[in-house]
Amino acid sequence: MLEIKNLHVEIDGKKILRGLDLSIGSGEVHAIMGPNGSGKSTLAYVLAGKDDYEVTGGDILFEGESILEMEPAERAAKGVFLAFQYPVEIPGVAGMTFLKAALNAQRKARGEAELTTPDFIRRVRQAADLLQMDQEMLRRPVNTGFSGGEKKRNEILQMALLEPKLCILDETDSGLDIDALRIVSEGVNALRSPARSTLVITHYQRLLNYIVPDKVHVMSAGRIVRTGGKELALELEARGYADYAADAA
Amino acid sequence: MSAEPRVLRTDAETALIAAYEGARDTLPGNAEVQGLRAEAFARFRASGLPHRRVEEWKYTDLRALLREVPPLAARLSEKDAAAALALAPDRLGGLERYRLILVDGHFMPGLSDLGPLLLEGVEVEGAGLLFASQSAGKVVMTLPDIARTDAAVSLNTALAGDGVAIVVRPGVQLSRPLEILHVSTGVEASAFTRDALIVGAGAALRVVEVHVGRDGVIGHANSLAYVDVGADARLDWSKLQAAGDRASHLGSLVATVGAGARFNHLTVTAGASLSRSQSFVTIAGEGAEINLNGATMIGGDQHADVTLVLNHAKPGSRSRVLFKNVADGSADGVFQGKIIVAQEAQKTDGKMMAKQLLLSDDAAFVSKPELEIYADDVQCGHGSTSGRIDEAMLFYFLSRGIPRPDAERLLLQAFLADAVEAIGDEEVGAALEGVIEDWLSRRAPAEKAQ
Repeated sequence: MLEIKNLHVEIDGKKILRGLDLSIGSGEVHAIMGPNGSGKSTLAYVLAGKDDYEVTGGDILFEGESILEMEPAERAAKGVFLAFQYPVEIPGVAGMTFLKAALNAQRKARGEAELTTPDFIRRVRQAADLLQMDQEMLRRPVNTGFSGGEKKRNEILQMALLEPKLCILDETDSGLDIDALRIVSEGVNALRSPARSTLVITHYQRLLNYIVPDKVHVMSAGRIVRTGGKELALELEARGYADYAADAA
Repeated sequence: MSAEPRVLRTDAETALIAAYEGARDTLPGNAEVQGLRAEAFARFRASGLPHRRVEEWKYTDLRALLREVPPLAARLSEKDAAAALALAPDRLGGLERYRLILVDGHFMPGLSDLGPLLLEGVEVEGAGLLFASQSAGKVVMTLPDIARTDAAVSLNTALAGDGVAIVVRPGVQLSRPLEILHVSTGVEASAFTRDALIVGAGAALRVVEVHVGRDGVIGHANSLAYVDVGADARLDWSKLQAAGDRASHLGSLVATVGAGARFNHLTVTAGASLSRSQSFVTIAGEGAEINLNGATMIGGDQHADVTLVLNHAKPGSRSRVLFKNVADGSADGVFQGKIIVAQEAQKTDGKMMAKQLLLSDDAAFVSKPELEIYADDVQCGHGSTSGRIDEAMLFYFLSRGIPRPDAERLLLQAFLADAVEAIGDEEVGAALEGVIEDWLSRRAPAEKAQ
C-alpha cells in the first residue's frame, strides 16, 4: 500500500527527515512514536503533499506509484487521508458544503458520478452516527467554535465519509478526554478493513490500547530507529524516549 | 480670491463643461434649483476634476483616470427602452420585487411597477417633477455639508436630468423589495441621475439599487441617491454596481437617518473599469442604528473605490461598518471609511472593519479607516487587514481532494458573503450572493501560489 524509501525532507534548509524507510501493507495498522521534534508530523504533512516541505531525496510510493509530484487534491482522490493534529477552522463554509465538495471532487477525479443529495445525506448520517456527532454541528461552519474533541471527531467523520485507502492520524489523541478518545478510536476501528491501511502517529501508548497496531515504529532524528510489535509501545511507555533521544544528539 | 480658472483641461473636463453648457437651459428645476446647479457647476469649473492632491480623492485621481465622458444620453422611446431592458441581464435572478426602471438615465414610468406600489402606500414620480417642486426641489439639491461640495456630487447637482422620487407614507411596510434599476444601453453616452427616497416615520422597506450595462461600451454614469429615513423607520438599501467593463461609475448616497431609525446599507461592487461608490450618512436623531456593509470584487485593470463618511451628529446611536474586498489581476481597490462623532453625540457606539484579500501579486488595495471624535463618552474602534488567502485553510481543502480553484472559490465566497449576510435579508442576500458566485466562477483559475 505505502512504501517510503530513504526519504529526505527539509524545511527552510533545515533537515527534518534523514533517510526514512517505512513499508505498510494492505489492511495493516502501523504506529509511529517518538519524541518531540523527531519529524513525525513532518512525515504526515509530506505524505499529504503540503508544499512548505522540500523532498531532497528518496521516494514515496502509494500502491506502487510515486506520489511526490502529485498535488494534495490528487493524492486525496487516490485515497490518502490526513487527520490533522490541529484541524483548521473555516468560518463561513458550512460543514455539509465542505463535505459535499470534498466527496464529489474525489468522485469526479476518479471518474465517478456525483452523489444525489439523498444519497449524500444518508452517508453523512451514517458517519455522524458512528462518531456520535449531532448533525446540527455539520450545518455550522467547518470546525468553527468546535472544542478540541469535536474537531478530532470531525476529522474521523470526514475519514469515514471519504473512505480513503490510507489513513494517517496525526496525534489524533491529543486534547481528547477519555470518552472522546474511546469514541474516536471506535470510529477508526470500524473503518479497519483488509483494503485500508492506517498510520497512527502518537506520543502516547494510551491510544494504542484502543487502536491496536500490527507494528510500532520508533522515530528519532528523522529516521525509524526501531520497529517492533505492539509490546514495543508498552516498553516505551515504561522507559520513555531517553534512549532514542540520545541517538539524535 | 483668484478668479482665473485653470486653462489646461483634460478631455473629460472639456466634455463635462460642454455637456453642462449644452443642457443648462433644458435641465429640469425651478429657479432656485437652477441657481444651485449653477453654483455647483461653478465649483467644478474652478477646480476641475479632483486629483491626488485633493485629500478625499487621493487614491482615485479622476483627472488621470477618467479619460472619456461621452455626451448626455437621449431619452429612448418606451418601446426602445423596453427592448433595451429585455436585453439587459437580470442580476437579481428570481428575486420577487417591484421594479423602477431607468434607461440611460431616464425614468421609464411605463415600464415600472407604479400601480402596485401606490396600492401599498408608495408614491413614485420622475425626479424632474421633484426638481420643479417649490419646497422639495431645494432640499434634494442642497444636501448636507459633508456631501455638498464633493466633486462627484457637485457634477451630479449640476447635471442630474432625471431620476425617481419615491415617497413612502408613514407606517407603510412594503411587502417586496423595491429595485431601482439603472440600465445603460449600447450607446456611448453619459447619464446623470438623482433619485430621492423619503421614508415616512415607522415605515419599513427594502431597496435594491442596480446598475448594469453592456461590456465593451464606453459609458459614464453619475448617480446620486438622496435618502431621508424618518423616525423609527427601517430601510435596508443594497446597491449592486455591475456596470459594463469599459464604463465609469460615480455613485453617491446622501442619507439622513432620524431618531430610533434603522438603516442598513450594502454596496456590492463588481463592474466598471473605473468606479467610486461613496456614502455620506448623517445620523440626525438619537438612538439610530446604522450598518454599512460592502463587498468589492475586482480584477483585470479595474479601479474601484468605496468611500464612506458617517456623521454621528446626535447621541446614543450605534454603527457597524464591515467591508470585505478582493482584488485580482492588476486591479486597484480603495476603501476609505471616516466616522465622525460630534461633540453632542455622547454614548455613540461605532465599529468599523475592512478586510482585503489580494489574489495576485499585481493587485493592490488601499484601506484607510478614520475616526474623528469630538465627544468624550463614546466607544469607537476600527481595524483593517490585508493579506492572501489563508494557506492553512487552503491546504485543509486540498487535503480533502478539493482542487485549488474550487477551494479558493469556496473560501472567497465565504469571505465575501459575510458582508452580504450582515444586511440580514435572506431573499436579497441570496440574490446578491448569486452575483458573488457568478464573479467567482468567471474568475480565471488561480495560478499556483508560490
